[in-house]
Amino acid sequence: MKVDLTVNGKEITADVEDRMLLVHFLRDVADLTATNIGCDTTSCGACTVLLDGESVKSCTVLAAQASGHEITTVEGLASNGTMHPVQQAFHEQHGLQCGFCTPGMVMAIVSMLKENPHPTEEQVRTGLEGNLCRCTGYHNIVRAALAAAEVSA
Amino acid sequence: MSIMGTRVIRTEDPRLLTAGGVYVDDLRTPELSGAARLTFVRSPVAHARITGIDTSEALSEPGVIAVLTVRDMDDLAPPPPDSGDGDGAGEGPMPLGGVWSEPLLAVDTVRYVGEPVAVVITDGRYQGEDAADLVSVDYDPLPAVVGPAAAVTDETLLFPAAGTNIAATKPAPTDDAPFEACEAVVEQVIVNQRVACLPMESRATAASYQNGKLTVWHSSQNAQLCRFIIAGALGMAPDQIRVVVPDVGGGFGAKVGIDRDAIIVAWAARKTGRSLRWAETRSENLVGMTQGRAQLQHIKIGGNRDGRILAYRIEVIQDSGAYGRMSAFLPFLTCLMAPGVYDIPEVQTGYQVTFTNATPISAYRGAGRPEATAAIERAVDLFATEIGMDPAEVRRRNLVAPDRFPFQTKTGALYDTGRYEEALDKVLAAAGYDQLREDQRRRRASGDPKQLGIGVSTYVEITAADAGAGETAKLEVKDDGTAVVYTGSSAHGQGHHTAWAMLVQDELGIPMDQVTVIHGDTDLIPVGVGTYGSRSLQLGGSAVHKAALEVKDDARHQAAAMLEAAEADVVLDTATGLWQVRGDPDTALSWAQVAGHTSGGSLIADVSFTADRPTFPFGAHVSVVEVDTETGQVKMLRHVTVDDAGPVLNPILAEGQRHGGIAQGAAQALFEEVLYDPDGNPLTSTLADYAAISAPDLPSFELASSETPTDLNPLGAKGIGEAGTIGSTPAIQNAVIDAVSHLGIRHIDMPTTPQRVWTAITEARKASNQ
Repeated sequence: MKVDLTVNGKEITADVEDRMLLVHFLRDVADLTATNIGCDTTSCGACTVLLDGESVKSCTVLAAQASGHEITTVEGLASNGTMHPVQQAFHEQHGLQCGFCTPGMVMAIVSMLKENPHPTEEQVRTGLEGNLCRCTGYHNIVRAALAAAEVSA
Repeated sequence: MSIMGTRVIRTEDPRLLTAGGVYVDDLRTPELSGAARLTFVRSPVAHARITGIDTSEALSEPGVIAVLTVRDMDDLAPPPPDSGDGDGAGEGPMPLGGVWSEPLLAVDTVRYVGEPVAVVITDGRYQGEDAADLVSVDYDPLPAVVGPAAAVTDETLLFPAAGTNIAATKPAPTDDAPFEACEAVVEQVIVNQRVACLPMESRATAASYQNGKLTVWHSSQNAQLCRFIIAGALGMAPDQIRVVVPDVGGGFGAKVGIDRDAIIVAWAARKTGRSLRWAETRSENLVGMTQGRAQLQHIKIGGNRDGRILAYRIEVIQDSGAYGRMSAFLPFLTCLMAPGVYDIPEVQTGYQVTFTNATPISAYRGAGRPEATAAIERAVDLFATEIGMDPAEVRRRNLVAPDRFPFQTKTGALYDTGRYEEALDKVLAAAGYDQLREDQRRRRASGDPKQLGIGVSTYVEITAADAGAGETAKLEVKDDGTAVVYTGSSAHGQGHHTAWAMLVQDELGIPMDQVTVIHGDTDLIPVGVGTYGSRSLQLGGSAVHKAALEVKDDARHQAAAMLEAAEADVVLDTATGLWQVRGDPDTALSWAQVAGHTSGGSLIADVSFTADRPTFPFGAHVSVVEVDTETGQVKMLRHVTVDDAGPVLNPILAEGQRHGGIAQGAAQALFEEVLYDPDGNPLTSTLADYAAISAPDLPSFELASSETPTDLNPLGAKGIGEAGTIGSTPAIQNAVIDAVSHLGIRHIDMPTTPQRVWTAITEARKASNQ
């Protein structure tokens, strides 16, 4: 079927299988490989992207469902070579090690801070329940989220 | 001022944060354009004979290029028959050969759910999943061996020709006399459960065979070991093979080398002449990737009522899973590290390694040492409760004293340096231990349904266990003044690129942003060992340091000639990166000038660093938990640690290693366990079923610093990668049990789930009412 998505501000039209997942559309059709696949049960959040500004797990959205909508991936977050405050906070707080969960984590936190610009540590932790990281013990990811909230305030 | 020991944020990050890493499945290299997808057909049963495979229906599906089984492996040495000769029993290093051999694709028997039986090669990934479903395999089921206790009965054999499931044995001394002399003796059977390693990037491999050269891109902890293994498995010369390790999304031991699934991908690329990609799903990963721990331990500890421990025994049954990967090495390390930080006059150790119808076991963060620490730290708590003494005090009375180093243990380890009591004191002070005990007394007295648990662990572990294998580094300073480091070590999140550049800047004064670090390509770095066993900084970093010193000597020689000065008068200002005659700034030469003056246009040092012996980092953890006695729910309130791995190169990186390690220990102590039903079917093969630890399960961690150098390498460094896990696991388990110990509970196996804790409380109350 024919789908028409706007990804990071760029319109992409393609003929895809009905069952194609959004994450495969992003990786294989749009050739944007920052968004990773970490599971097959919507549990890990590695594939989190923004759909019309709200975080979704792109392994659980069909490309067809996203047709006509705007998608933002981590590749589309920085502007004019300047990192988004959440990206910058991850860098400064050492919020990433292997980097595999990072794009999904960053997008989840961007969305979380939009909903709640001044979260407590507990709110950050609860908000990240659906995003798994195996390297950092979440310690510096939580610090990065709180630091980004501080900067954006 | 030196950059060493400063909080330098990582050079790796901007790329990972804005463009994402380039993991195997992200590769868009020309050799892989138009690559086909490889999909595995895996055994759905734990133990069975294969009586037939029909690939015809799958072959007729759209997009299917080939369906391959073991019958197609006619270009390899024949796989060992499943009903071979020989007794195979007794001691032996793993991986085991002969009668115990692990094939690539299953021959005529499958031994675990997830074992590769066939592969389907298709144009697209969805076509592969469709076609794999249509490969029809007839299985004639056999009884499944589930768990190590069942395995050692030998009622059902995985390898009938061997006559036993027990692949290796080290008998424990059964001399009870040392225990009979003790005033108090406690015994306990402990399950150190099977857990999933769970790197966020599952296994992934791509392969291309062109003009007689095989290129394999693999998510691994060591490219050079991969090349060695592939060469052996496929009967090729190493120089016919290039292995590239791109960004790796976590390893944790499970990506050491290359396993059979990935070798099959390389073989299939050669067989079909097609470039291939394979990136497994998480459901495959949770049955196919090696898992960790899986020990059944029987411990016995004895001592006097003054707190002195006199004798300790540990007997281990190691569940190897269906094949022998690294599983004999794990209980060897457990026994080597059995007495931990304690000076115990009598230590008895023994183990059996046994096959079961489950996913093979191999290294997982700590690999044998967390199991040792979990056992001794549980034993010390059991002993402390038995004699009615505070567990921290019992520890203090048995620690190896600081003037005893190097300390030879009863199990054969030579501990290099340590200040164990200082670490304990520091962590107790940081945690406010006395106040915590007071809070606990108050809650107990008031009958608060939410009880406080305080768990202590003191630990020592072995890092760079294969110190003699060393690590390589090649450093090149070019005529534009930039430097390139080729390292045999293999980063997968640790921050090697930042750390190695810091080492170069510190020694040569070439700014970090002028230093490029390259790893994981056997064409560029034919010799290297890799990253595992917390070896990178102490061996790989020391190699970079050594290479920098050699380049510096060479440069001094060149600069002296250029300046017409004696070498002894030529000095390097590492703040500016300029060479000059001592006291004469006008003579300044840049690295670019010095390198440009050489005949080859660059200064190169190609070195290997080996250490004489392993190092032994140590520390102490305090865990504070709250246990809801009405539901069994455990909440981690605080986790305080001292982890001493010698001088810290970059505190940001070292703390990151500790954080991640603590969380993985907490995961094992509280939540995670790979489970099988009585027929050997995995019950935790998706992330919806496997209780991976997440952010709300954890508090922020409180880290205290301590730096005791080793004299075994020029950096004074020991390993920090696994220490957090080794220290945290028993501290948290001890805390949970401590919270309910006043009810008469002495032990709860990991993971201390609400169900287990609630059951223990209920049974204890029932017992006290009788």
